Amino acid sequence: MVEHVIPKNLEEALKYLNAKPYKVIAGGTDLMVQHRAWSALSPNFKTPLLFCFNLNALKYIKVQNDEIAIGSMTDLETLLDHPLTPEILRKVISVMASPAIRKVSTLSGNIINASPAADSLLALYALDAKVVCRSLHTEREVLVSEMVLGPRKTQLKAHEIITEIRIPKTSFTHTTFVKVGGRLADAISKVAFVGCAQIVNNQVKDLRIVLNAVSATLIRQKAIESQWLNKAPNVLQSQMDTILEAYEAYIQPIDDQRSNKYYRKQTALNLIKQFINTL
Amino acid sequence: MTTIKFTFNGKAIELTTDPSRRFLDVLRNDLRHTGPKEGCGEGECGACAVLINGHIVNSCILPLANVHQQEVMTIEAFSKTKRYAIIEEAFIHEGSVQCGICIPGMIIATESLLNKNPDPTESEIRIGLSGNLCRCTGYNMIVKAVQRAKERGRGLW
Repeated sequence: MVEHVIPKNLEEALKYLNAKPYKVIAGGTDLMVQHRAWSALSPNFKTPLLFCFNLNALKYIKVQNDEIAIGSMTDLETLLDHPLTPEILRKVISVMASPAIRKVSTLSGNIINASPAADSLLALYALDAKVVCRSLHTEREVLVSEMVLGPRKTQLKAHEIITEIRIPKTSFTHTTFVKVGGRLADAISKVAFVGCAQIVNNQVKDLRIVLNAVSATLIRQKAIESQWLNKAPNVLQSQMDTILEAYEAYIQPIDDQRSNKYYRKQTALNLIKQFINTL
Repeated sequence: MTTIKFTFNGKAIELTTDPSRRFLDVLRNDLRHTGPKEGCGEGECGACAVLINGHIVNSCILPLANVHQQEVMTIEAFSKTKRYAIIEEAFIHEGSVQCGICIPGMIIATESLLNKNPDPTESEIRIGLSGNLCRCTGYNMIVKAVQRAKERGRGLW
């Protein structure tokens, strides 16, 4: 059996982390499956565990300096019902897993699990969300899109814990979320899409496009988005092939048990096209 | 070994064991409460559902540590409540039970849904039950039972 600690508060958790590279476990909905053993046996964790889900100081949603600040142990079901949750994040959470799983899963867990098919990351990338990583002596803020380095790989350091997710307040005239999965609930995406845009006086003032499950990390290309700002939506629609070609270079899906490369690529391109046609 | 304290079906209890164990194993093997079943073992089927602070949670992917200082209710204690009596009558009336293995979880899901939203639409009922699989595929009868329970149990939730 590995060593386990249930810290009483955040300060205690930070002290433990400073002393040893504990694995922080929040709701455990990914980790308990990844480390599953035979029924009745303890899960096969190899590293010491720090159980942080019940740290009440990390359960909150509030406005703070023009941002929405979400404590890292806030569960998804609470976010789904909270008036401060950005609309596009709410749309995504509403089809993640099931009510039972949402009650014990967290945005911070979804970020650190760093799955290429993570759904909440679609909204967090689109909203330019940041995470606050704290250790006993340091605190840093990192964009979620920079936090994730690859499948199951993030730049969180051994002695750090995510304490907060910060989402800049933004308004959009158009928000779209489409998830293509095997069924409505409890499905891992074959491919999923978030599109957000702000159209003012028939000009695209803000454009954000994010795709999951079609490359090693989620795709958001700010360089492509910025090329199409301050243009009328019908200009984008008439240049559809150019836009799709630009994205095609980044769409590099794999074949797996859920879908195949061809289907994923074509669907991803169709979703971008469909969104731009609605602007 | 760590001592975990929680309220279990209305009683304060303490267990000293490995806190990373699946709560489902603790329920079935240590506490001898076999109402929660093991179906998929990975959070997809809802047969292992229990109420934590009144909300449905899958006990098969819940580490014991996470119930520390929380309130747990299983189908065994819930079956002694007035709300249960309404749900039971509705499930029987609508013929919702076939093989029965999903039913403890379905009832926990019904209670969790009505606790949060006492007057759900059909679509909200389907979302509320979306984490519970019935391999006899009697979903329509189960949805009808929830509709009947919410009508006959008005004021209880």
